[in-house]
Amino acid sequence: MLNENTQNAGQGKLCAALEKCGHYQKFRAALDKCEHYQKFKAYCVKVLALSNDSLEKTIAIAVALCLVCAVLVSMAAVALRPLQVNNKELDMKRNILDVAGLLTEGSDIDKAFAERIESKLVNLETGDYVDSMNADEYDQRKAAKDPAQSVAIPKDKDIAHIRVKAKVAKVFLVKEGGAIKSIILPINGYGLWSTLYGFLSLDPDGQTVQSINFYDQAETPGLGGEVVNPAWRALWKGKKVYAETDQPSLEKGLIEEADIGEPALSLIKGAVDNTKPGSEYQVDGLAGASLTSTGVTNLIRYWMSKEGFAPYLAKVRTVKGAKS
Amino acid sequence: MSEILNDETKKVLIEPLIENNPITLQVLGICSALAVTSQMSTSLIMALALTMVTAFSSAAISAIRNHIPSSIRIIVQMTIIASLVIVVDQLLKAFAYEISKQLSVFVGLIITNCIVMGRAEGYAMKNPPLESFIDGIGNGLGYSLILIIVSFVRELLGSGKLLGIEILPLIKDGGWYQPNGLMLLPPSAFFLIGLLIWAVRQWKPGQREQVEFKIMSIAHGEGGHH
Repeated sequence: MLNENTQNAGQGKLCAALEKCGHYQKFRAALDKCEHYQKFKAYCVKVLALSNDSLEKTIAIAVALCLVCAVLVSMAAVALRPLQVNNKELDMKRNILDVAGLLTEGSDIDKAFAERIESKLVNLETGDYVDSMNADEYDQRKAAKDPAQSVAIPKDKDIAHIRVKAKVAKVFLVKEGGAIKSIILPINGYGLWSTLYGFLSLDPDGQTVQSINFYDQAETPGLGGEVVNPAWRALWKGKKVYAETDQPSLEKGLIEEADIGEPALSLIKGAVDNTKPGSEYQVDGLAGASLTSTGVTNLIRYWMSKEGFAPYLAKVRTVKGAKS
Repeated sequence: MSEILNDETKKVLIEPLIENNPITLQVLGICSALAVTSQMSTSLIMALALTMVTAFSSAAISAIRNHIPSSIRIIVQMTIIASLVIVVDQLLKAFAYEISKQLSVFVGLIITNCIVMGRAEGYAMKNPPLESFIDGIGNGLGYSLILIIVSFVRELLGSGKLLGIEILPLIKDGGWYQPNGLMLLPPSAFFLIGLLIWAVRQWKPGQREQVEFKIMSIAHGEGGHH
């Protein structure tokens, strides 16, 4: 009883405040004049008085409820959309800055991104830059889902299990004094439970790894999910992607130039012995997550192969330094 | 405020914590309790989201309870719950983006959480809005309590951290603690909730379920051959 009294008192106060409001008065007067509103009001009273189990009331309640819920949901979705889009963009920029090693605590992400990072579109088949499209507006993940902008990957070549890829990839360059400092490439591939999406950043030689990060994955937390662990990610620094002709013969002058071969970088079981030859192509596997580790190896191998960024990286190497 | 907290409201707020806990006594809402408890931060947000949805859906359903046609009452309840869950999901994506990325589908799955439906059907359909709202808060808190206990143990033993802050230094980072990988997998939550249920029923024997039927024992010479 007490509750109902307090509730009614609260309602009374609210109504009194409303009655005083001039706009409310005008609104009420307009409503009272409106013929449709009067009809609607009469219908509401009639329906509410019906038995709960009558067909008419059941349908009327269902329709009214759907309307109210739909308005509520769409209001939330529309009102919050700008914030959500902004969050997503900020998150993406943060990840790109992170993989470029430019992320500092408390810095303005938008500003740092605009100043340091240049977005470029690359035709994956030829390895040339695409200048006809706006790089800032291009969304590679969306393009991969659009049949007009993507190609299906033949089964025997699809080692990363992604089935389709966009024809045009969006890469990011960090430049310093006109010369490229890092090349940031988008990579994705299937792990154990989920498709991992991330970035790999390379030195301008298109060969040495600077960093890697995965911004979207749903691997087992604590096992495969350790792909986001900074300690593990730090192991990638300085690793080499492509097998090179061996260094001694290059030094002896037997060959003129180091030859870039197939992607050789992979995750191995256990820890890498850094004293052994070939360790520059190996990264520690994730403990207890063999399938995620295999998935990461496969996606690196795929995206660094001729199917992925190899043609582009070859072109970057030939104009090394000269391009500004 | 004191008059709002009369005996009934106190009862519906406090009882679901231990006496009538939705997880340990009613064994509801187990799926999400397994899925989100590997970290405390996700459990806290999940607990908050579920408490809000239970409270507001109970209040809304209770407000129109006298006009809900009985033939479509479950659908009416589901529609209200689903709308609130979508709103909560949108709010998380706007204001707690990192956490919403980690919770992924589990916020959406609050719709199918038995606790929310259970309170709507079991309490809100028969009681006034304010009591239903408080009942929703109470049951949400009961769920939160178990989630926090389980995630505390899982995150501490599974990754040596609490809320992402290192408590037990791990061997791989030069410390002494070898993390228990099982704690990060969903089955460990089963064991922990099982242990919790056992502990609560040991403490409050009234919560033990009556045995519905017994296998007859063959003792005391029933065969009568001797």
